[in-house]
Amino acid sequence: MNHTPHTPPAWQEAIFKVLKEGGTRQIAYVPDAGHSHVIRSAIADPDIHDVVLTTEEEGVAVCAGAWLGGQRAVLLMQSSGVGNCVNMFSLLQAADLPFFTLVTMRGEYAEFNPWQGPMGKATQAALELMGIHVLRASKPEEVEEIVSAGFDAAFEAGEKVAVLLSQELIGRKKWERK
Amino acid sequence: MQTQTMGTPTTSQAAMPPRQHADRRAFVRQLLAATPDALVVTGLGSASYDVFAAGDRDQNYYLWGAMGGAAALGLGLALAQPDKPVLVITGDGEQLMGVGALGTIAVKQPHNLTVVVLDNGHFGETGMQRSHSSLGADLVAVAKGFGIANARSVDSTDACAALAQQVNARQGTAFVQVFIEANEPPRALPPRDGPYIKNRFRAALGLNPF
Repeated sequence: MNHTPHTPPAWQEAIFKVLKEGGTRQIAYVPDAGHSHVIRSAIADPDIHDVVLTTEEEGVAVCAGAWLGGQRAVLLMQSSGVGNCVNMFSLLQAADLPFFTLVTMRGEYAEFNPWQGPMGKATQAALELMGIHVLRASKPEEVEEIVSAGFDAAFEAGEKVAVLLSQELIGRKKWERK
Repeated sequence: MQTQTMGTPTTSQAAMPPRQHADRRAFVRQLLAATPDALVVTGLGSASYDVFAAGDRDQNYYLWGAMGGAAALGLGLALAQPDKPVLVITGDGEQLMGVGALGTIAVKQPHNLTVVVLDNGHFGETGMQRSHSSLGADLVAVAKGFGIANARSVDSTDACAALAQQVNARQGTAFVQVFIEANEPPRALPPRDGPYIKNRFRAALGLNPF
């Protein structure tokens, strides 16, 4: 796998543009290939705190703390991480906090690893069970608009929003190491 | 349960001198009296009651759930408010559930964040079952292992003045384990209305509603 592509996919560049132009000051993440450009950009941006997490639910709390302190924060994770967050999502409803997360999907398209299936297939329902509004982007050309719509709903209307980034966007994972 | 052994690891009793245990309410009261500008985040349960009992204030953010989230919430807050001291006050059980957050905090090293763990070695809210902290785990070693160099334990209110000075100075991430008595002081229940606590906290920082 090429871990440092010279030209990231345009849809990943569009995501960082939305977050940056929206005034995001903290980006908390458990990494995934689909988030790699946004993570690299956050690390390189002196106005954005990049926060690498040991587990995704920490990121829910980090985003809550950021909002209490007056900053917009975004959580990046993979679909498996949504399961780790379930009880921590209570914080968002109990205090009625805005929340925005981007979730790269596994277990739904040309998946090679059966262990990704159970949580991937339950991701949307788990988010909705915990009161989070779910949007989905499946085609590169729609990513910017949908991410922007979700971001605005979170920080202008105070909603809790997840945008699922379809596995189809990220493409087939290459399993051979060269 | 033998009350006289609470909070002390039985495995090392013979080798270690008897440890003092601070009164939790007195410790928190003295610390907060000397840190009037601190933004305070409390872990659910007794730590929230201790902070409320010391005097309610707008810049307290009480958690009543989200177990394991106090230190990570303090991190997001500390990064957002670098000019204010941020003080997380929680218990050993709450910190253990979110122990990885100490690693996440260590990576960022926010200069204005202090995590205080009131450690009675027990899960006080659920019937005083023993926690890892009195069954062999050393939370200071854990914090240091994650990379929080300024990690130490204290066992008396005598430590409050120096600790408050350090909180107010905002000169580095710190982790402080406070050995406390495993008793249950009278309940002092802070407000449970999350939006109310959120809105007054933000208002105290001059932040407008969206």
